[in-house]
Amino acid sequence: MTTGHVDQPVTQGAQDADGQDPDAQDADSQDPDGQGAGWVQEALREHDEQLKSEQRNQEQASQEQGDQEVRHAHRGSPQPLPGTVREELVLERIDRARRARPRVKEDRITMSHGAGGKATQTLIEAVFLDAFRNPLLEPLEDAAQLRVNGARIALSTDSYVVKPLFFPGGNIGDLAVNGTVNDLAMAGAVPLYLSAGFILEEGFPVADLTKIVASMQAAAQLAGVQIVTGDTKVVEKGKADGCYINTAGIGMIEPDVNLGVAHARPGDAIMVSGPIGDHGVTIMLARGELDIEADVISDTAPLNALVASLLAQTTGVRALRDATRGGVATILNEIATAAGVGVLVNEDDIPVRAQVRGASELLGIDPMYVACEGRLVAVVDGAVADIALAALRAHPQGAQAAIIGHVRAELPGIVQLKTAFGGTRIVDLLVGDPLPRIC
Amino acid sequence: MRFVDEFRDADKAHALAAKIADLCEPGRQYKLMEVCGGHTHTIYKHGLEDYLPEQITLVHGPGCPVCVIPMGRVDDAMALAAEPDVIMTSFGDMMRVPGSNGSFFDAKARGTDIRMVYSPLDSLKIARQNPDKRVVFMAIGFETTAPSTAMTVLRAAKEGLQNFSIFCNHVTIIPAIKAILDSPDLRLDGFIGPGHVSTVIGCRPYEFIARDYGKPVVVAGFEPLDILQSIYLLMLQLSQGKAIIENQYSRVVPWDGNMVALKAIGETMELRPYFEWRGLGFISHSALKVREQYASFDAELLFSVPGVRVADPKACQCGEVLKGVLKPWECKVFGTACTPETPIGTCMVSPEGACAAYYNYGRLTRTRVKEASRS
Amino acid sequence: MCLGIPGEVIEFLADQPDLARVDVSGVRRVINVGLLSDDPPKPGEWVLIHVGFALSKIDEDEAAAAMAFLEGIGQAYEDEIAALQESMIE
Repeated sequence: MTTGHVDQPVTQGAQDADGQDPDAQDADSQDPDGQGAGWVQEALREHDEQLKSEQRNQEQASQEQGDQEVRHAHRGSPQPLPGTVREELVLERIDRARRARPRVKEDRITMSHGAGGKATQTLIEAVFLDAFRNPLLEPLEDAAQLRVNGARIALSTDSYVVKPLFFPGGNIGDLAVNGTVNDLAMAGAVPLYLSAGFILEEGFPVADLTKIVASMQAAAQLAGVQIVTGDTKVVEKGKADGCYINTAGIGMIEPDVNLGVAHARPGDAIMVSGPIGDHGVTIMLARGELDIEADVISDTAPLNALVASLLAQTTGVRALRDATRGGVATILNEIATAAGVGVLVNEDDIPVRAQVRGASELLGIDPMYVACEGRLVAVVDGAVADIALAALRAHPQGAQAAIIGHVRAELPGIVQLKTAFGGTRIVDLLVGDPLPRIC
Repeated sequence: MRFVDEFRDADKAHALAAKIADLCEPGRQYKLMEVCGGHTHTIYKHGLEDYLPEQITLVHGPGCPVCVIPMGRVDDAMALAAEPDVIMTSFGDMMRVPGSNGSFFDAKARGTDIRMVYSPLDSLKIARQNPDKRVVFMAIGFETTAPSTAMTVLRAAKEGLQNFSIFCNHVTIIPAIKAILDSPDLRLDGFIGPGHVSTVIGCRPYEFIARDYGKPVVVAGFEPLDILQSIYLLMLQLSQGKAIIENQYSRVVPWDGNMVALKAIGETMELRPYFEWRGLGFISHSALKVREQYASFDAELLFSVPGVRVADPKACQCGEVLKGVLKPWECKVFGTACTPETPIGTCMVSPEGACAAYYNYGRLTRTRVKEASRS
Repeated sequence: MCLGIPGEVIEFLADQPDLARVDVSGVRRVINVGLLSDDPPKPGEWVLIHVGFALSKIDEDEAAAAMAFLEGIGQAYEDEIAALQESMIE
């Protein structure tokens, strides 16, 4: 099976070499089995059209520029252009490509679709949002904000497939309660009631289930919520990895609270409530595959009390997000995209425990993409940043809160990091799945 | 972190940057190649180019062992993984490299047993734990990683394991550097020499570069200050008209290399007469295969691999990027058809690939960065 | 792939001379030190870790020398900046 055009000589051996007609109308019919060639051809066609329209624009622009430009001859470039002009064009082209209608290119779900990064986002937009589309879903915040008979209600749901079920700092039950409580809190809601649905594997020890459920009750009491309805299903041995849990929750949003990442504006401060990456690293190490020991425990915790305390002390909070799958980096990108603003953060200011940093280095992952389960990112009006920070720090869960950067108008849609070293780089959306099944 | 943080100090960086700028002859352009993908990664991750004057261009070299694997070999690996009762094990960076029919990642989604490991020893462990399966380890890497694979094979032999083998794609760095030096497309002034490869092969193998081609080489560490210091030392040599091999990474790299490591490689592996490198074509004596005495650990002998040579997709210009002839953003499909999510070529999918590094970290021109920094 | 991390050797595993426990920022990992059999590291010494193996010992003297060079550059830079500032003050 070849990819690419037929005129390229290829040593084919036993396979036939005349499979493809580059002028065929339907790209996908050339590649019915795998995802190899079809989308590549289509993407190349789109690319060629963009290129042609750019060349038309460029021809006009070049005539106006005169003869003084340095001309570089590069093999493969369609047209010789001054270095920086060409780079600008490509970057613009990338921006346009990224803003194009999302489409899932794979024909099967891969682990990337669950990682919380680019693939997850594309799946949500191209499949779920596309099918369910309505104004309440579109903000794609942690919780939906609804109005029912004049009351403002937040509704959220989450499923938990963490492996292993029990880990230092908690178990799947803690995650299930805290996760949904936190999603509601991020909408500025007071969490009230949760549902809990269980999918249990045949053979799962009842003692383990009892432990999990006890944890859930303890977590619910700590958070001040009640689990008021639920469901149980059992599947055959080999499915459900012991236990999967889904929780949904509702809460009441205070009258004057209106949070959302789209509200971020230049001058806003961005802060985190504590050191990042603890949960994801704990899970990776708890899998026991890596012969690594460290004293890291999951940071799973309910954040509603912290949020209530913050909102009580300032009205300048624009948005709250809890940093789960995809980590802080994902949230920063969501802010930049939703609000059409730039984000600049300082590596030096981001709190990371030494052990989390050490483990991340060993594993070759970046703590900014590692999940937390008890940390929030807050976007706050720059004028009240200090008040907000003090409010977070006054609460035990926010003791190590820190301002990590700010929102600005330059480079909209882009998250830039000032490295500890003084240089700058981009923090893009996560691609792939370095840490599967962490929540 | 010790031996890391002190080499990330911003003030010292400014000092070095000033010295580097001082050494630039007015009107002269300098092209320095960093061979090693790890260096490319550090340069972009820490924004090192912000510290260099406009006169110095860093050219990204072919030292990314994932990037140089031709599609045909990826297809071979996929065929191995698809064999019944095989558990394929691989480092993370190979998981998303596209072959003709998708990547390991895609195959995993279709049900093939492919597992990510952090060490070849993890692969051995899987073999011990699954005696009824045949475990194959996808061995990739330059001389940095070959000793680890070699030690693993030796261990497997010692334990008498019957169900473990490697698919050997180890390549050697010197032929790649020589191919670059002999390439008419490039005029380089000096090399930032590979860091960790040199812990194994030492610094002597680079002497031909200074002696026969008159270019200076500074073997560099991976922290940002290491790279800046190496650039400084290169510029110093150039300003003095010198061309010698220097070892900036002396805290880790022994001049004579690691004999135990070299012996382990020599015991278990030998050079192939030739091997295809993506972008560089066929290079003689540039890759390793398992020696006959260890044939029972050679996946290429235990299984039949298609061994078909597959050309890169026509749009893919990884070859030119690997040689440093094209910058990532000069590739026709960079950022549009070819992105980290939908990679067409290896330069985009490997974390050490120049395209991935640039897309993920560097995607701003210097002017835009300067404008943004003024805010 | 070139990923090499410095770690401190804590102890050797009792029954396996090739295996040592190392510490990286408080994270402990067992690695194979077989490639350093010519000159095995002692507890307290630092090694470069790559894919579960120690590739090389970190020579503390060389590391100190590298830092001294960088400090020297830094100092010279600071001296120059100081000199520049003084000349601007008048």
